[in-house]
Amino acid sequence: MMIPFFLILPLGNAFVTVLIAKADERLQDLFAIFTTLSLFIIALFTLMSVNAAPNHLLLYRTTGFLPPEGLALVVDGLSVFMLVTVNLVALFVAIYSSGYMKKYTDKWKFYALFFLMLAGINGVLVASDIFNLYVFMEIAAISAYFLVAFGTEADELEASFKYAIMGSVASCFILLGIAFLYAHTSTLNMAGIARAIAASGATRVLQLVSVLFLMGFGLKAALAPFHAWLAYAHSSAPAPVSAMLSGVLIKALGIYAIARIFFSIFGASVQICQILIALGVLSMIIGAVLAFGQTDIKRLFAYSTVSQIGYVVLALGVATPLAFLGALVHIFNHSISKSLLFLTSGSIERLMGTRQIDKISGVIRRAPATGYPALFSALSICGVPPMGGFWAKLIIIFACVQSGHPILALIAALVGVMTLAYYFKPMTCVLFDVGTDASIVMKKACIAINTAMVSLAVVVVIAPFILMPGIRKIFIDGAVAVLMNGTSYANIVFGAIR
Amino acid sequence: MITYFLCLVLFSIGLFCAVRKRNIIKIIIGIGIMEYAVNLFFILIGYRAQGRSPILARDQAITNIVDPLPQAVALTAIVIGLAVMLMLVALAIRIYERYGTFDITKINRLKE
Repeated sequence: MMIPFFLILPLGNAFVTVLIAKADERLQDLFAIFTTLSLFIIALFTLMSVNAAPNHLLLYRTTGFLPPEGLALVVDGLSVFMLVTVNLVALFVAIYSSGYMKKYTDKWKFYALFFLMLAGINGVLVASDIFNLYVFMEIAAISAYFLVAFGTEADELEASFKYAIMGSVASCFILLGIAFLYAHTSTLNMAGIARAIAASGATRVLQLVSVLFLMGFGLKAALAPFHAWLAYAHSSAPAPVSAMLSGVLIKALGIYAIARIFFSIFGASVQICQILIALGVLSMIIGAVLAFGQTDIKRLFAYSTVSQIGYVVLALGVATPLAFLGALVHIFNHSISKSLLFLTSGSIERLMGTRQIDKISGVIRRAPATGYPALFSALSICGVPPMGGFWAKLIIIFACVQSGHPILALIAALVGVMTLAYYFKPMTCVLFDVGTDASIVMKKACIAINTAMVSLAVVVVIAPFILMPGIRKIFIDGAVAVLMNGTSYANIVFGAIR
Repeated sequence: MITYFLCLVLFSIGLFCAVRKRNIIKIIIGIGIMEYAVNLFFILIGYRAQGRSPILARDQAITNIVDPLPQAVALTAIVIGLAVMLMLVALAIRIYERYGTFDITKINRLKE
């Protein structure tokens, strides 16, 4: 069984990195890249074994007791989809960090925190117990607070403090929700909770818990009324950290947890779906409006994340098989493209010494290894055919029309046009030489940084191929089936025990 | 019943303190109050009237014990709360070094 290695490898790396803190930096770099590479390979193997397993579910018992009493790690189609995405991004971020983090002292502290965060994210995805999910979420979140403040400049400390306060309030709401849920169902196991709720039917306690979880996980996912911290935190953090936060952290802690709890455990009611649609539309519009007029490229990318997360939540709320497919394809595309954008923004800042849009010019001519990845990832997020983002948005718009929400389809299309509009400004300065720029002195490029960006750009370019029937059947259809099955998750888990 | 209600009142006091106060130390204290309220709520959920401690021993009939699981959960939550609290206080010290103030309304360099 390979499931425990998703926790053992990053946790082990974090502690061993602290032990070899005094050793050569290149040893730490190699160790980090080796760990993330093995994690990605294990994720691919797990994908194969999930597809081969009966009911497409793997269960690993950590104690002699059986669930719902004992703890277990559970991987199904949705978890393994997220695991592959997370560990793919983490691999390229680790390669990038080995070059980029040289400008900070104490690189080993970065690696230790980075792998603790990765362990937390992987733990959220394999947890089968709602309190375990909370603990792993806190591990990931606390490491993220530290990583945002890694440079200890005034901006970073302020962003980290605001993120930490908002995140702690959200965690308290989630823990209170878990307390009410335990008092109602007398179990913390997700499948057990699902069975108890199915037996008791919809009650008022469930409504209270839904509201508490929507507030808590909505804040972690940066949905519209709770999005304020994201722009500060994601724009102030070091570039590889921004890539991890924007690319995978908010999706694992926010979107995955919402999907798992509201679809697999509570069974999405019509009201919850309507709330998700409303939150999604609000995020899409607010994120796109705020992204206009930003002069800092990282701030612009951060607001764009709020807008794109809105698409995913909107598609989850529409809740048809086609909409789920669109949501998952958009999660994958946005993870790799937005991580790549943040990585290139870090490279631009490193080479040109600025993040202000009006001071950057001619990136593609001066540094093609930074310019072309930035261009491809921006095209993918804007939804320019034939990039991956185009297909994701097209599927979401079709799903809205098909399920009888033409107005939502119209809004999604309009926000797509707005996305193209606000990416116009940063991409102009990447593509063309604008203004007088003789003052810009370019620093020397770094091989590790360029390798990471170019190889991730290749992944972004070939990303549309996940929609090909063969790959789609293995990679995405299992996740769609999990979302469609809803509360029969409990029966599948209890079926896997026997 | 009134105990559960008072526990949620404590939670609300913490929330009010965290979102309304201007001094960042008071905000951190507010977060702490919220965490304590949730931990207390967990213990209250596990409480049974006249219940004895949940220790399984030979020759003892198990009658009316308190629920041990919320106690374990509260212990874990206390540890997590400690980590968050340490980090917030460390950040507050560094922020004071940089900005020379604890007033959250004056710590707004990112707003521009």
